[in-house]
Amino acid sequence: MSDPTLLDVRNLTVAYRSAVKSIKALDNVSLTMGRSEIIAIVGESGSGKSTLGLSIINLLQKPPAVVDGGQIIFNGQDLIKLPERELAAIRGTGISMIFQDPLSSLDPVYTVGQQISEAIGMREKRATQHSPGPFSREDPDLKPSGGGPGRVVGVRIPRSRRRRSAYSDEVVEALKRVQIADPERVIDRYPHELSGGMAQRVMIAQAMVQRPSLLIADEPTSALDVTTQAQVLRLMREMRRDLGSSILIVTHDLAVAAQVADRILVMYAGEVVELSDVARIFEKPLHPYTEGLLKSIPRKYRDEGRLEAIPGDVPDLRSLPSGCRFHPRCKYAFDRCTAEHPELIEAQPGRKVACFLRYPA
Amino acid sequence: MRRRRFVPFDTKEAAVTFRILRSSIVTTAGLVIVVGFVVLAITTWLTNNAILPYNPYLITPALLYPPSFVHPFGTDNLGRDVLTRVLAGAPYDAEVPAAVLAIAVSLGLISGTVAGYVGGKVEEVIMRITDIFLAFPGLVLALAIADSLGPGINSSILALSPVWWPTYTRLSRGETLSIKSQQYMEASRASGQRARYIILHHVVPNIIPVLLVYATIDFGNVILTFSVLSFLGVGAQVPTPEWGLSTVQQEQYLTSAPWAPIFPALAIVVVALGFALVGDGLRDALDPKIRSLFS
Amino acid sequence: MTEELLKVDQLVKYFPVRGSFSDQIRRKPRLNVRAVDGVSLSIAPNETLGVVGESGSGKTTLGRTVLMLERPTSGTITFRGETISNLKGEQLRQLRKRMQIVFQNPYSSLDPRARAKDIIAEPLRAFGKGRRDIDEEVGRVLAAVSLPEDSIFRFAHEFSGGQRQRIAIARALVLSPDFVVLDEPTSALDSSVQAQILNLLRKIQDELGLSFMLITHNVDVVKYMAHRIAVMYCGKLVEVGDTRSVLQSPLHPYTLLLVASVPKPDPTKKVGETSAGGEVPSAVNPPVGCRFNPRCPYAQDVCRREEPLLREVAPGRWSACHFAEELKDGSAPVTT
Repeated sequence: MSDPTLLDVRNLTVAYRSAVKSIKALDNVSLTMGRSEIIAIVGESGSGKSTLGLSIINLLQKPPAVVDGGQIIFNGQDLIKLPERELAAIRGTGISMIFQDPLSSLDPVYTVGQQISEAIGMREKRATQHSPGPFSREDPDLKPSGGGPGRVVGVRIPRSRRRRSAYSDEVVEALKRVQIADPERVIDRYPHELSGGMAQRVMIAQAMVQRPSLLIADEPTSALDVTTQAQVLRLMREMRRDLGSSILIVTHDLAVAAQVADRILVMYAGEVVELSDVARIFEKPLHPYTEGLLKSIPRKYRDEGRLEAIPGDVPDLRSLPSGCRFHPRCKYAFDRCTAEHPELIEAQPGRKVACFLRYPA
Repeated sequence: MRRRRFVPFDTKEAAVTFRILRSSIVTTAGLVIVVGFVVLAITTWLTNNAILPYNPYLITPALLYPPSFVHPFGTDNLGRDVLTRVLAGAPYDAEVPAAVLAIAVSLGLISGTVAGYVGGKVEEVIMRITDIFLAFPGLVLALAIADSLGPGINSSILALSPVWWPTYTRLSRGETLSIKSQQYMEASRASGQRARYIILHHVVPNIIPVLLVYATIDFGNVILTFSVLSFLGVGAQVPTPEWGLSTVQQEQYLTSAPWAPIFPALAIVVVALGFALVGDGLRDALDPKIRSLFS
Repeated sequence: MTEELLKVDQLVKYFPVRGSFSDQIRRKPRLNVRAVDGVSLSIAPNETLGVVGESGSGKTTLGRTVLMLERPTSGTITFRGETISNLKGEQLRQLRKRMQIVFQNPYSSLDPRARAKDIIAEPLRAFGKGRRDIDEEVGRVLAAVSLPEDSIFRFAHEFSGGQRQRIAIARALVLSPDFVVLDEPTSALDSSVQAQILNLLRKIQDELGLSFMLITHNVDVVKYMAHRIAVMYCGKLVEVGDTRSVLQSPLHPYTLLLVASVPKPDPTKKVGETSAGGEVPSAVNPPVGCRFNPRCPYAQDVCRREEPLLREVAPGRWSACHFAEELKDGSAPVTT
């Protein structure tokens, strides 16, 4: 039957090249992901987390980005070697992506209903292409998306004239599932009429109707209020439960990762420094950086003492420290850390870390 | 506190700009043309034509000789060496656009930033006056003013300035408006700064690069328009070796001795093109996305 | 009673919405964005008041209006006993010596073409301080924000986010103000840097004795930084009190929702399961009665008719909820 491994990233190295320098945004990154699994990639700026998400779905700006090595195996195919046309066929129903700013990812001239219908239409087309059954959804009298752009130079096409799509019912259902109130009205709204939280939920609905095997979410809640964020995180848990999709969520917030992930991948300066299941990593983080990140989350009241902050700044990728990239900021650093670069080892079953402290004695 | 000697501008950023300009053959060619032109104009003017192979004003009996080793561009209808005439014309075609743009950019900068920053009635008044000037086709306006002032280089400068100044007012105002909404402007006000300081120290340094790019591209346009004025008789006067004037003076020999009108005309085209290419490169240099590829 | 440093009384700030031309011809009444709709609070010397709210709450507008960066629509602001809400021109400018602000985005609040020294010295130059004074004061604040001396000749765009925010803080401190508004000072920073800046701000407050109004949407941050909290929703204050009491036993359903939504770094505690749906309402046309009523699980008829006033429900605890007492002793019935 189907291989339990959905995604296998092996030794991926991605660099950004400019006229004067080449910086490694991702350095030898590996990750395996199973079906219906949620993995959170956690890191700060410069960690490479967004680059990793964009690489998998091949949405990097190709100059200046260059893939310098490695493989991305999805459903048995190496996505790096795949020509663009076949990659485009995988996007949507195979791998789908949602971004941080929903308003710039939704086309402003089409209504919510039209955009979701379009996604459904694409899914159906692919389904019938692979296995044309006797009951094809393609009704020649109804177009997949209802009518053309409604906003051309400010001319609004009246609602009665925007043809109802074949998939209206499913669109309403999808909107209901992402907890949008009054979905029949929202269908006819344009993206700029929605609040940030609603727009993000529309994006999730659009991704959900395509029933992707893998959803990549790049900082999906960073731009949202905390109350909306809580709802969206719950939605993601439901999506995994109801659709069986795997989710790769990129975030800078460890607490958000705790809310949805099964496993967490911690990145620093382009490398993986820790990979662990979610329960153990919060109980006892293995890498000093993970420990520092956890401690950076304020949990005490004002009179309960100081927060322990990681000193220093995130390193400039153009001039990385020698040996372990974290050593200048690490309170446990010793001689070996300056001289040698620690490799990722399996310190405990199912937990990997790149730190000399965890090397077997 | 230690006082370190430092340059008044950002050397690292200047290096990036230079790198961008050198990156394409086209802009490098433009840069070569512009630099060559400026050097030529300054040297010729400073040495009072002494470095030129011949005397550009001396009439000789060598009428309309075709290009040869002795006269690489041939001679014109009064026996003057065309190459010398072209080289000698450089200062005029450098001085006039430089003066015109200096006036236009300065006036435009002042009026535009005041209009943009102060807003309200002041902005209305300034912009309507600007609109009135913009309503006239440039050449017509320049001709009208030049005509009433009389022919000559100085009146050309005065005639051409009002044609270009409104563009810089519009540009400055637009840039000022977009900068006004930047948070560091509000931070300045919150620090207690007065409007005059904010405009001088925050608005102007941030909009000058854009104005300079436009001015560079416009340089060629001014040369062209000035040449047309000379062509029509209200710009440079005989026997000035200005390129537009030279072209019209030799125009009748286009079929019989084409080198005489073509070389001065070619000079106009090449220099205008050079400035346009450099200006284009500079505009790329302003784009942060492109800058990040070079730094 | 501690002498109040800053007192705000029924502060209102509306922003007019530009109607279409046809609306203006038909003389339709002008609509307003009611960003701050009647807020009263006070801040004591050496105190940090946390103003917490989400988007549309009006907290940023409150911060800016209190500083008179925006002119209030109505209401009074009193600073050190003097009314400042009617000041204009030069008198208003002189106020800047005593009240300052640190903005959220360290990338847009510093002129990228300016040098660090010029940015920090700008307030001193605005008030005509001489070169020797400038050097001295700049040196002093640089030490206060832990920036190395030789960095001041570098251009703003050469610094990292955390360093830029330090420059912004130094700029706010250089005139030795009594009161600084911190508008989401760490939201644009990485978590590790955020912790450094928060510690820095607390150290500065302890050493210099000034007061902060800390505006943030982040409950964890306000918990660590603030002595007292004011919770805002849709232009109004819904709850005010000391930090611990408000966060541990909220007396307003919105505060309850807010606290329950904060994700904890503990995989066994999932948030959002019991969350009420709904969005923050429009500030142009807020709901009638209590503005939170459409999303409130405890809403009853009175909530939809009458707007609850902010009142002292327990010593030092203020709440704008008809059923605050019931919430306090846990007897409030859930109606949805």
